Parts: sequence; structure tokens; C-alpha cells
Amino acid sequence: MIVTFLDIVIAGLLLGGLYAIIAMGLSLQYGVARVLNISHGEFIMLGAITTWALRTAFGINPLLSLVLCGPAAFILGFFLHRTLFKRLMATSASPGIFEGNSMLASFGLLFVIQNLALIAWKSDIKGYSYLAIPVNLGGALFGANRLVTLGFALLIGVAFYIFLTRTRMGKGIRAAAQDPSTAGLVGVNINRVLAICFGLGAAMAASAGMLISMSYPVNTAMGMEYTIIAIIVVVLGGLGSIPGSFIGGFILGVIGSIVTYFDPGLALVAYYLIFILLLLLKPTGLMGK
Amino acid sequence: MNNLALISKNFLVRGAILLVGLVVLATLPFYSSIFATIFLSTVFMYIVLTLSWAIFSGPTGQISLATAAFFGIGIYISATLGNHLPLLLVVLIGGLASTGMAWLVGSLTLRLKGVYFTIFTFGLLELMKYLLLWFEVSFTGTRGRFVVVVDYNTVYFIMLAIMVLTLLTAYWIRRSKFGMALQAIGQQEEAAEHIGINITLLKVSTFAISAFFIGAAGAIMATRWTYVDPYIAFNMNYSFTPVLMAIFGGLGQLGGPVLGAIIFTYLEQILITKFSYYYMLIFGIVMIISVLYLPNGLAGLTLQWRSRVMRGKYAHS
Repeated sequence: MIVTFLDIVIAGLLLGGLYAIIAMGLSLQYGVARVLNISHGEFIMLGAITTWALRTAFGINPLLSLVLCGPAAFILGFFLHRTLFKRLMATSASPGIFEGNSMLASFGLLFVIQNLALIAWKSDIKGYSYLAIPVNLGGALFGANRLVTLGFALLIGVAFYIFLTRTRMGKGIRAAAQDPSTAGLVGVNINRVLAICFGLGAAMAASAGMLISMSYPVNTAMGMEYTIIAIIVVVLGGLGSIPGSFIGGFILGVIGSIVTYFDPGLALVAYYLIFILLLLLKPTGLMGK
Repeated sequence: MNNLALISKNFLVRGAILLVGLVVLATLPFYSSIFATIFLSTVFMYIVLTLSWAIFSGPTGQISLATAAFFGIGIYISATLGNHLPLLLVVLIGGLASTGMAWLVGSLTLRLKGVYFTIFTFGLLELMKYLLLWFEVSFTGTRGRFVVVVDYNTVYFIMLAIMVLTLLTAYWIRRSKFGMALQAIGQQEEAAEHIGINITLLKVSTFAISAFFIGAAGAIMATRWTYVDPYIAFNMNYSFTPVLMAIFGGLGQLGGPVLGAIIFTYLEQILITKFSYYYMLIFGIVMIISVLYLPNGLAGLTLQWRSRVMRGKYAHS
């Protein structure tokens, strides 16, 4: 009984690591740049499929493709914010209107990215095998690739936390998260900071996609599911709180794992129930202000 | 005096055009092709979805993504009751069930500000989809259901009736005190509250009224598919498409959402079978362009153009 419980928790943590980086990416885009990026999952899909394509076409190690996918996604996100969302920010009368408009624009992005990917890669399910060696962990077997995923998720999380707390740019980001206009007054180049946040969010999504492709099959329609999970985790952790998103990811992973143990069909239902209850009872989340 | 005559003349001409249009549409199945009948039913469906969305989200500015949820409720009412009750009653129940759901959801969530409401409505759709899927697999043992088949002319007439009702309701809401109050809420919620508008009641009832037509449309359109499962019935695209159609067409005028719905249904018709990826791609691009460059949609654009042409004729009053 205790061993089973431990298995469930470990499986949940493995899943939670993924959720944590996905949510941290969205938290940067929504919590700081105020763009509820519905196309977040599409960046995950792009990362996953590029990794798969590089692996099958050139035999490139998935972990190595991070070096390519991460910066590429960053540039794409940075560029998108500089063109699309910056213009929207200038034309929207109030922050509330900007939130609505930017969300609609990201809906458009979702369709554009997803269908470009469908034209390029078709809709079949793709997969490759990497590090699929069973590892004994507390009496249960887990794939080595999933442990690597967790390791990377923790690494990205910690590195990012250090970036936020120790560097000048990180300070700028935190200031922008608290109050964008005041941050602009005290000398933070707000447009640049927001674009960087959006780019970093995209880069995190692409890295998460790379990690997902190591353990799960991927296809061009996979993005939406992760977008929804990211939104749930961000609300769970508290809007604008990046540590909240990190912790929230693990909490949701463990909950998902427990529910799956009893009835796999109810995992998503449980996520939505938590989400809806949370919105009704505590919309500020666990660590929100 | 002269002005009044002008307005009433305008009104009469417009009324006459609408009446002729209605007569043409109502008699269409007797002389046109089957294809036209089926295509127009789809156009009506999208007009109903788009207008219903615009009735609530237009003036209040709160983007609802629950359209597909209400549509799905209608579809499932049709799938479960279609064999036992007369069609019109099924359509009515479909609408009422959606209204009930909208009332419940609205009174729970319309206090949520801005995007939280949007996220919630989206979550609602997915929750209903997966809950239903789980229920069907665990208790009924199958994933989908068969829907009673109705001939396409009946579908056409009922869909036309629902559309006319939706148009009339949208018109009435815009012109009434009710609609003015709704507009006031969208512009400045606190101020609206201070002048004595019951914000929650107004928002919830508008949301519920608009859901009626969506549910009714779902109940009648379900008969065209013969087989439905939760993925078909609670398809996210029925939430996204009306938003795009309304924004592209323009929320300022009643004609905007109608125009958007017609254009995109036509596009869908010619592109979806052969080039469905390209249709969705165009869909996404138009969405981004509309949000960026067409804040008032196509209808706003024509209005702007007309005011430029007419500027010499009438002075601003």
C-alpha cells in the first residue's frame, strides 16, 4: 500500500515537472506581459515536432536540440511581441481591453501556427525512442527519459529563479510584473522587458515540448491540452507568481496521478473541477496577492 | 420635419427590403436546389451562433467561450429526446436547457472580471465534454448516440425561424432600455451601478437569453449529423468561430455579425473539404488582422466610408 502510494506520488512528480515549466512559461506571458497566450501549447508542439524531426532526419540527440529550439522560440516570441502585441498595447484603450484583444490575437496565432504545422507535418502521431531504459525507483520502474525530464524541469526552474532574483533584467521583469507603468517611470525599458518575457515564455514552451517528445508520442494537435493545463496551473499557483506556477505544476501533477490511479477517464475532469472551484472560491490562487 | 420624413421613408424602404428578403427565404426550398437549402441552413446556424454571442459579449465586452457548450447541450437534448418527443418541443427544450445552464453559470461567474470569465467558460466546455465522455463510456457503454433524422426542408424552416427570432431579439435588446443599460455596464461598470442598474441581474439574464437560441440551433442541427459523440457535440470550434465572425463583421451594428457569418460560412463551404488546413489558416490570419486593424469590423469600415461620402450632405448633429 505504501509502495503503491509512493509510486503514484513519484509518477505525479515526474508529470508535475513538465507542468511546472509549461506553466512558468505562460506565467511570464500572462503574469507579466498580460497576454493570455492561448497559442502557448502550439509553441510546445513546435518544440516537440522539431525535436522529433531533427532526431529522425539527422539523428540529433534530443537534449542537444534544446540549443536550437530554445533560442529559435525565444526569437519568434520576442518578434511576435515586438510587432503584434506591442501594437495592440498601443491601440487598446485600457489594460482590460488589451487583455481581451491580445487573447483574441493569440487565438489567431493558434490557428496560424497549428495549421502551418499541419501543412508541413500532417496530423499523424509521431514518436521516437530515447533513453527508454527502466530505472528502479522505490520499488517501481520508471523510464530513464522521464527522470531526465524531471531533472531538466528542475534545472530550468532553478536557473530561471536565479535569473529572476539575481540579475538586473530579472529585477526589471519583477518590477514590470508588479506595475508596468511605474516600472517604466523608474527606468525599466518596459517594451523590451515585456518582449523578453514573451520570448522567454515561448522558449520555455519549446523546451517543454522537447522534453515531452522524449517520453510521449507527439502530433500537431497536441498543443491545446497543454495550453489548458498551463492555464489551470497558472490560476492554481496565483496569477503573476512564478514560484506559484512552479509549485502548482507539481501539485497538479500529483493530483492527476492520484486520480488516474482510480479512474484514468477522470483525470481531465478532475483538473477542470479544481480549476472551476478555484476560480469560484479563490481566484487569486495559492500564492497570489 | 424634413428630417422626420426622411427617417420614416428610410425606415419604410428598409422594412420593405427585409420583408421581401424574408418572403424569398421562406419560400426558397420550393424552387431552389437541395444544396442551396442545406447550405443556407448552415448559414442561418452560424448567424444564430454569432448574433447570440454578440448579444451578450458585444455590449458588455466580456468574451464568452461557452457557445459550444450551449450548442452541445442542444445537440444532446436532441440525441436523447429526439425519438420520444415532437421535433418542435425538442428544439424548445434544447433552448430552455441551455438557458438554464447559462443562468446557473452566469450567476456563478459573471462577478469574475475580464479574462477569468473567458477562461471559466472555456473550462466549462471542456468539463462538460469530458464528464459526458466518462459518463457514456462508464454507464451506457458506448461513446456516441444516434440522432433522429429529419428532412432538410424542415431543418431549413426551423433554422430560419430561430434566426428571425434571434434577429428580432438582438434588435429589441439594442433599442430597449435594457440594451442601453447593458451598454452602460460595458463602458463603465461602476458608474452603471451608481445610477441604479442591477448589474448582475442584467448580465445574467442577457447571457441566459442569448443561450436559448444557441441551444435551440444545436437541437435542430444535430438531426443533420445522425451520429454524435461528445467530441463532435462539444467541439471547441463552435466557440471560436462565432467570435471571429462577429469581430470580423463588426460588433457596432446588427448587420456586422450577420455579414461576418455569411462570409465565413461561404469560405468554409468552398475550402473545408479540400483545403481544411488552409481554411483554418486563413481563419487565424483574418482573426489577427481584424483584432489589429479592424476594431469595428467590416460594418464599421462601411460606416466610416459612408460617413466620408455623405459628409457634404448632412451636417453632424
